[in-house]
Amino acid sequence: MNSSVSEASLELDYRELDRIIEEDYQNDKENLIMILQAIQKTYNYLPKPALSYLAVKIGVPVSQIYGVATFYSTFSLEPRGRNIISICLGTACHVRGGDRIHETLVDQLQVHDGQTTSDNRFTLESVRCIGCCSLGPVIKVNEDMHGRLKQDEIQSILSRYE
Amino acid sequence: MKITSITDLDAIRQACFSRLYAPDGVKVNVGMASCGIAAGAQASYNRALQEFSTKPDISISQTGCIGFCEMEPLVEIVAPGKPRMMYHHLTEDKIAEAINGYLANDYHKKWILGQMRDPRNILEDDIANPQAPVTPAEGFPFLEDIPFYAKQTKIALRNCGYMDPDSIEEYIARKGYYAFLKALTQMTPADIIKNIKTSGLRGRGGGGFPTGIKWESCAKHSGDRYIICNADEGDPGAYMDRSILEGDPHSVLEGMLIAALAIGSKQGFFYVRNEYPLAVKRLITAIKEAEKAGLLGDNIAGTNFSFHVKISRGAGAFVCGESTALMSSLEGKVGRPRAKYVHTVEKGFRDGPSNLNNVETYANVPPIILKGGDWYASMGTANSKGTKVFSLVGKINNTGLVEVPMGINLKDIVFGIGGGVPRKKEFKAVQTGGPSGGCIPARLLDLPVDYQKLAEVGSIMGSGGMIVMDQDTCMVDVARYFLDFLKEESCGQCNPCREGIKQMLEILTSICQGNGKEGDIELLEELGAMIQRFSLCGLGTSAPNPVLTTILYFRNEYEAHIRDKKCPAGVCKALFHYEIDPEKCTGCGSCARKCPQEAITGDKKKPHSLDQSKCIKCGICYDTCKFDALVIR
Ligand SMILES: Cc1cc2nc3c(=O)[nH]c(=O)nc-3n(C[C@H](O)[C@H](O)[C@H](O)COP(=O)(O)O)c2cc1C
Ligand code: SF4
Ligand code: SF4
Ligand code: SF4
Ligand code: FES
Ligand code: FES
Repeated sequence: MNSSVSEASLELDYRELDRIIEEDYQNDKENLIMILQAIQKTYNYLPKPALSYLAVKIGVPVSQIYGVATFYSTFSLEPRGRNIISICLGTACHVRGGDRIHETLVDQLQVHDGQTTSDNRFTLESVRCIGCCSLGPVIKVNEDMHGRLKQDEIQSILSRYE
Repeated sequence: MKITSITDLDAIRQACFSRLYAPDGVKVNVGMASCGIAAGAQASYNRALQEFSTKPDISISQTGCIGFCEMEPLVEIVAPGKPRMMYHHLTEDKIAEAINGYLANDYHKKWILGQMRDPRNILEDDIANPQAPVTPAEGFPFLEDIPFYAKQTKIALRNCGYMDPDSIEEYIARKGYYAFLKALTQMTPADIIKNIKTSGLRGRGGGGFPTGIKWESCAKHSGDRYIICNADEGDPGAYMDRSILEGDPHSVLEGMLIAALAIGSKQGFFYVRNEYPLAVKRLITAIKEAEKAGLLGDNIAGTNFSFHVKISRGAGAFVCGESTALMSSLEGKVGRPRAKYVHTVEKGFRDGPSNLNNVETYANVPPIILKGGDWYASMGTANSKGTKVFSLVGKINNTGLVEVPMGINLKDIVFGIGGGVPRKKEFKAVQTGGPSGGCIPARLLDLPVDYQKLAEVGSIMGSGGMIVMDQDTCMVDVARYFLDFLKEESCGQCNPCREGIKQMLEILTSICQGNGKEGDIELLEELGAMIQRFSLCGLGTSAPNPVLTTILYFRNEYEAHIRDKKCPAGVCKALFHYEIDPEKCTGCGSCARKCPQEAITGDKKKPHSLDQSKCIKCGICYDTCKFDALVIR
């Protein structure tokens, strides 16, 4: 994994950060979780320098920001791949064979939950219910939902994402 | 236009009547909740726009989810003087043909679920059924008569799938905001609370606490009071809150406005699960529209009542559905529950008196205010009034969202409405209440569903997820699954929950791997009792339920795993293998073609054989064989 490389080469756009923190969220520390979501949306993960900058801007200790960033499962402190695969491990998907879809993904990508493939193409994440249980088992790749999945369809779905 | 009176609502309602019930030309309503979209509704919608947008007498519109999710994409086509036809599985390749057929009065029978007899909701009994003068199409069932809908009564879901969720006018046309204006102009806070108490409404988020009593105690405490909506919907397999927010966001907003009047609050919050971006989008629109109409903001409807709402989003922590954790998360902090020596109705968000209710709870409030608490209380059982929405998911034919009167029995839900288990498999159990609930076995199917009865059999109502399980579901694996979930989601601050769940999970994992020992079941029971007793919040105190109920009802499955080293359902990989029954195998070769390991071989039309040394037990062959020739041993 080449996380250190991409992090070092990352140029933070402080104007964009200011826009998020000041305009969208009024420098309000109660909005911390949503600010982190917006930062993650911009950079695909939470870059450390952005968190330090945020700490000063809203007056919350960095340690507390890290506490929040690690408590909630949607945040990633590591750079993620170009495509995010969310496999649903909710109950409805589980009883319809979601585990086997999960195994197939792990097998084909050679990564576990939260990890990124060495070519940076995919990050595998698991979620517990996306609310589309009627289509279970489901995976979401970026914003696309794929439902009523069979194991032998995984390969061709993945091939659609570069 | 700012709305200041019921007369204003009447005017909008009249102006919007034709849009809903007697459109000028043909109106195509595409069900666009997120799972409909996932099933192809967006593509159908786009195709319809592309083909027909230049035709002046055809309009394409969106609605929420009408509940029969198995049949997505669902599309309704309506025209003056013609039947309202509901089409199922109407993907983009079919939609143009369906619309053209409808125009030519040549309906595609195969694609039609039914025709709607009466599109009004439960509040619109002051107008005649707009569909009554229309001669029904012959040979098409009424939607209301098909088994999936026949036993339903829609109160919380009254508008989902019947209107455009982004349109406040359509909400008003279906009698929306009448309850709020009635409460604002004709009722005192005490009247409102009395009505809610009379209705017997209990919280739909899981705990089942009486809503009226909660409001009353919150109103008693002084300080800046907050109205909060719990849209965290953590129970995996339950999606009614998402569906209501996506299909009828104003109903929840109106419920919160009424709560704010009753309790005396100026500020409300939605706490929405991170996985629900479309719900957030529809809520944002609803809030803006309500503000524009003067129904939200300062000096609402020209009175001195002001109420603002803000949307906050969760970030993937199940425990944040718990009231104290949720409020701490709303403050931008880590969501760890605290001991409730002081209740949140007294000291919650920002240490102010805070009233937290679930999405579905709020959606029930406007009908209660308009039709009266007694009306609501006339439905249901002694301890559970009104209706409840359930999501029927898992191994069930008619997956979907259903709203039924409390007290209906499980069999009516699973078999009557749900149509039973697919592929002629045997029904085994239904799981209710999510990770805090339990598994109810087939032999208790006559159980009437209400808060008390579910508790009596060791489960809970929870938020309404009903996960149906069949012969291929391993109950030990299900118990392991829930503990694995809870281990990940425990906030970790108290020992019994953190360590106890971990230990139970280790035991269950070893049972599933074939290393179970005599005494394991008893140890699980002991640990379960300890965790129930000493945990701080509801996550811990209810965590053992899935294990304890599966032990209670499916002890034989545990014993098969432990003593015989067998997983009868064929789930726990160390404890079974697949075999081909030569008597039943027709040699069709389907399984062999699909096997990723090339473990199955055989001559055409001769019984095939399976090489155990190559097999990875992926189950593809088992799911493929149409002749029941693949068996679990
Ligand atoms: C671990 C845990 C998770 C919960 N998750 C939810 C949830 O996702 N949605 C919800 O409405 N209530 C949830 N609850 C229940 C809430 O704490 C609270 O009782 C409820 O939101 C109150 O609203 P109601 O009275 O309208 O049900 C959860 C409780 C616990 C202990
Ligand atoms: S019971 Fe579990 S989830 Fe609840 S506060 Fe204790 S450790 Fe946290
Ligand atoms: S279970 Fe999978 S690997 Fe084994 S024989 Fe069947 S298809 Fe092949
Ligand atoms: S699919 Fe069934 S019937 Fe066909 S070859 Fe395989 S085991 Fe035999
Ligand atoms: S359980 Fe997978 S989408 Fe709900
Ligand atoms: S139709 Fe999608 S929620 Fe049911």
